[in-house]
Amino acid sequence: MIKTINLTLKIWRQETSGAKGQLETYHASNISTDMSFLEMIDTINEQLTLDGKDPIAFDHDCREGICGMCGAVVNGRPHGPEKGTTLCQLHMRHFSDGDTVVVEPWRSRAFPVIKDLAVDRSAMDQIIQAGGYISVNTGGAPEANTIPIPQDTAEMAMDAAACIGCGACVASCPNASAMLFTGAKISHLALLPQGKPEAARRALAMVSKMDGLGFGNCTNERECEAECPKEISITNIARLNREFIKAGFFSSIM
Amino acid sequence: MNWLTNTLWSSVGKKLMMAVTGIGFSVFLVAHLAGNLTLYAGKDAFNAYAEHVHSLGPFLTIAELGLLFFAVVHIATGATLFYQNFKARPVRYSVNSRAGGRTIGSATMPYTGLVLLLFVIFHLANFHFADKTNTTIFQIVASAFLKPEYVFIYVVAMIIAAIHVSHGFWSAFQTIGANHPKYMPYIKGASILLSLVVGIGFGCLPIYVALMT
Ligand code: HEM
Ligand code: SF4
Ligand code: FES
Repeated sequence: MIKTINLTLKIWRQETSGAKGQLETYHASNISTDMSFLEMIDTINEQLTLDGKDPIAFDHDCREGICGMCGAVVNGRPHGPEKGTTLCQLHMRHFSDGDTVVVEPWRSRAFPVIKDLAVDRSAMDQIIQAGGYISVNTGGAPEANTIPIPQDTAEMAMDAAACIGCGACVASCPNASAMLFTGAKISHLALLPQGKPEAARRALAMVSKMDGLGFGNCTNERECEAECPKEISITNIARLNREFIKAGFFSSIM
Repeated sequence: MNWLTNTLWSSVGKKLMMAVTGIGFSVFLVAHLAGNLTLYAGKDAFNAYAEHVHSLGPFLTIAELGLLFFAVVHIATGATLFYQNFKARPVRYSVNSRAGGRTIGSATMPYTGLVLLLFVIFHLANFHFADKTNTTIFQIVASAFLKPEYVFIYVVAMIIAAIHVSHGFWSAFQTIGANHPKYMPYIKGASILLSLVVGIGFGCLPIYVALMT
């Protein structure tokens, strides 16, 4: 038996970057509870298209929770109310018949709205670019145990590297700070021997880039780690702080 | 010196200044409370304590100037953080909901901080800059707390200080990078303990003095 529900949606519509946007009301009927949130918006968009109206723009790609493209704020919660899920993996069974659902784009000065729910997250790419390179030799893959890495260190680095760059941390942060993202990126390289030689330069360059892009300052509200679909821990922010303080005061980089 | 200003004026550097000065205040609060507890031993013990502190002479002046410097750094940096963080989200959400990270303490830091600033000015005007020529410090304190509105202001201010510290203390450790799986639970515990000590310890003093005199 397919269970279906009816919803009232209030979705942010905004023509272009500079335009004034507003919440518009849509009715979604006979939504299968097996659908994902994005599939539910797809059905609204099909109807809008049939009616000759502009469909709702939103970002998505893999729809399996690994690419980091999707994301919107659902009833005040980035990626919706479920813990550790992306919007594409949020299923309609978590909603009840008759619910009113408000959908807004990520809100941050550093993430201008492109259209409707799609925002420009290239600021995050710029932070990664500022990080620069790491020193590994090219050529044939070296023997795996040439550089010994303890298992728990490798695990911590992998946990940090699980960040998919979706931006939910920025969206959820009361200060629109990108510290969880930047902390994850700095951590996954700083933890490994391959990332050590450039660690100081990287920490200084990434933080300085992050600050220049208009993100807010972290005040340890911890909303980011609660909302992150990959459940990245704020211990990565503490590691960023350590790496930055070490680099700022004790490295020879000016 | 460019590296120094670059480091300190970064987002992490500003937080570092908040953390170091905030921990400084926390140490001060504990010392101040320890001294004030002599009130429970009666007026002679309290006056003797005050006299002892004043006999420190130049050391006291240095400590006071240090606290003033910390206050200027904490307030100026805090105000900058508040302004920058406010600007970082020009369009607000129409629905706000928490995921469980935020606490009353963390959500109200700039506001509780501002109230504390006003309180500190009020407090210094009452006791620090009071005319002490023909009276003892105990008499000044006792006559202040004869007024119910003073007791009320002090108790409320101490509850607000407790709320500020409940987030500030553990947050300062996270900011300086001291988040360790072995110690973080104790740091969080110490944060709650310190907040209770400040709230109950300082909060009971005006009530005790009012009832006693
Ligand atoms: C005089 C008035 C005060 C003002 C205006 C003020 C303001 C602030 C502000 C705006 C913050 C930053 C909040 C954040 O990062 O979310 C903060 C943090 C903090 N405050 Fe205060 N505060 C004041 C007094 C105090 C006092 C008396 C203490 C002593 C217990 C204190 C301890 C702290 C600590 C430990 C932090 C945390 C630093 C961090 O998060 O790294 N503050 N304060
Ligand atoms: S830290 Fe989490 S919330 Fe932030 S960008 Fe990475 S995956 Fe998304
Ligand atoms: S569409 Fe790829 S993570 Fe959601």
